[in-house]
Amino acid sequence: MSKPLPIGQMPVECWLVEAAAQCGFPSPADDHTQRRIDLNEILLHQPAATYYMRVRGTSMRDAGIEDGDCIIIDRSLEARHGDVILAVIDGEFTVKTLFKRNGKVSLKAANPLFPEISIREGQELSVWGVVTWVIKQASRRGGLR
Amino acid sequence: MALIDGNSFYASCERALRPALNGKPVIVLSNNDGCAIARTAEAKALGIRMGDPWFKIRHLESEGLVALSANFALYGDLSERMMHVIGQFSPRQEIYSIDESFLDLTGVPGTGREIGTAIRSRVLQWVGIPTCVGIGPSKTLAKLANHLAKSLPRLEGVCDLSGLSHERLMRAIRHVPVAEVWGVGRRLAPRLQELGIQTAADLACADARVLRDTFSIVMAKTARELAGESCIAWEDSPAPKKQIMCSRSFGSPVGDIGGLMEALSVYTGRAAEKLRAQASMTTAIHVFARTSFFRQTPQYSGSAVMPLGEPTDDTRVLLAATRQALRKFFRPGFAYAKAGVCLLDVQPRLEAQAQQQLAFDVQDSEADSRQVNKAMCVLDCLNTRYGRDTVKLASSVHDETAAWQMRQERMSPSYTTRWEDLVEVWR
Repeated sequence: MSKPLPIGQMPVECWLVEAAAQCGFPSPADDHTQRRIDLNEILLHQPAATYYMRVRGTSMRDAGIEDGDCIIIDRSLEARHGDVILAVIDGEFTVKTLFKRNGKVSLKAANPLFPEISIREGQELSVWGVVTWVIKQASRRGGLR
Repeated sequence: MALIDGNSFYASCERALRPALNGKPVIVLSNNDGCAIARTAEAKALGIRMGDPWFKIRHLESEGLVALSANFALYGDLSERMMHVIGQFSPRQEIYSIDESFLDLTGVPGTGREIGTAIRSRVLQWVGIPTCVGIGPSKTLAKLANHLAKSLPRLEGVCDLSGLSHERLMRAIRHVPVAEVWGVGRRLAPRLQELGIQTAADLACADARVLRDTFSIVMAKTARELAGESCIAWEDSPAPKKQIMCSRSFGSPVGDIGGLMEALSVYTGRAAEKLRAQASMTTAIHVFARTSFFRQTPQYSGSAVMPLGEPTDDTRVLLAATRQALRKFFRPGFAYAKAGVCLLDVQPRLEAQAQQQLAFDVQDSEADSRQVNKAMCVLDCLNTRYGRDTVKLASSVHDETAAWQMRQERMSPSYTTRWEDLVEVWR
């Protein structure tokens, strides 16, 4: 619409372009903008079923879960053999690896100092949730604590 | 239509993150640790009734009773999770209260029992809250079915009253006392009983005209709902509140005007937050304070309503009105035990502003600046993003140990809403 149009009988098509006038050079990235990576997208599979807890002690040391680490627990997943799980034993939370083979169920620590906890027949193992991620802090300057 | 609710919801929330409490009698106490507001089955078995004052049941601690102060941050979060999980089963959900939700099962595949069982087990696995599911052709019957699901263990938490013939439906509800019916309650039940209406089935079969003339159109509707006809409308989103109230009982009595004003500033700030959250404005504020009915001290109850001139949602304007109101009715020499504010004539912001413009025909720049209250906007944004009370008005800054602060001596940590409060796994 660079020059005035005479008023005629026929409708005239007008384009409305929503853009600011550019001064300087246009950014070559303009056509390629995407949302920045957000950790929540991979850490939270089902937000309504996701919980955070802090690990104390060294029973899972060799699995890379150490004292002070924050674990992410997803309660929407069904625990399978080999999963690191949060279980409840005698009313207490515990983080262990689930062993479930040949009719035998037990919880294994990842530290030779801790004995295997076998679940006897008739005894119910209560799986609270599956541990999906471990957050370790590498530097104290990062924010958290 | 289904009604799903959490069993002993507050107590179940405590158990969800503290499995050591499973199997133990647990109660949750109201604000200021006053009385029992939630009880597990084990606590009920100890003879504890709803609303029993703490000092009367305290001795049961020696029998293993665990009493906790209400932790609404935790309950609110678990409620949101529970509602989200329930909402996965149907596109149409009405959240009725912190622990109750209606769900439209139209078109959902499976029998009522199958769907109900699936909902129960998913909520239990994902959130750790035991629930009961009641299903019926109307909201009132869904509520009643939920009551049956709770009281009859053989139903295993699910009761489906839909698809029954009239005769079988009446047989199913013939033992339910009329006081248990949604919308009847203990107040109206005796009057129904005088008319020979003892049970839910009696009410379903009662003469509609008699009900309408003796009680109200609402009671006649309840009867139709009980007979299987759906009359109560579905509310997808709750209507905005016409009044917004924020009041509390104090942890210990307050005698001076400074202490009262501190407490009232906090309550005014909260009420204003709620007001803006529902995009509304108010034109008058009711401020009150009173002594305790339960203490043998001189009694006084003061209040004042302050008109605000024009509709507002500004905490600063409301605080000035609160201060004026308090000066009007404050009398020295009394031990005040409770205070609060109530925002009156609450209306949607757009409506309030439209009326304002009509009345004064204001089109100037001042009117434009009123569209959105920028300072309040920034305040709410910061508090939403960085947590409650990150920024607040100077007048509501107070000592954490102020006498009016609530007593919550037995509160569990905010496990799911504060990084500092995460559960620690020691084993």
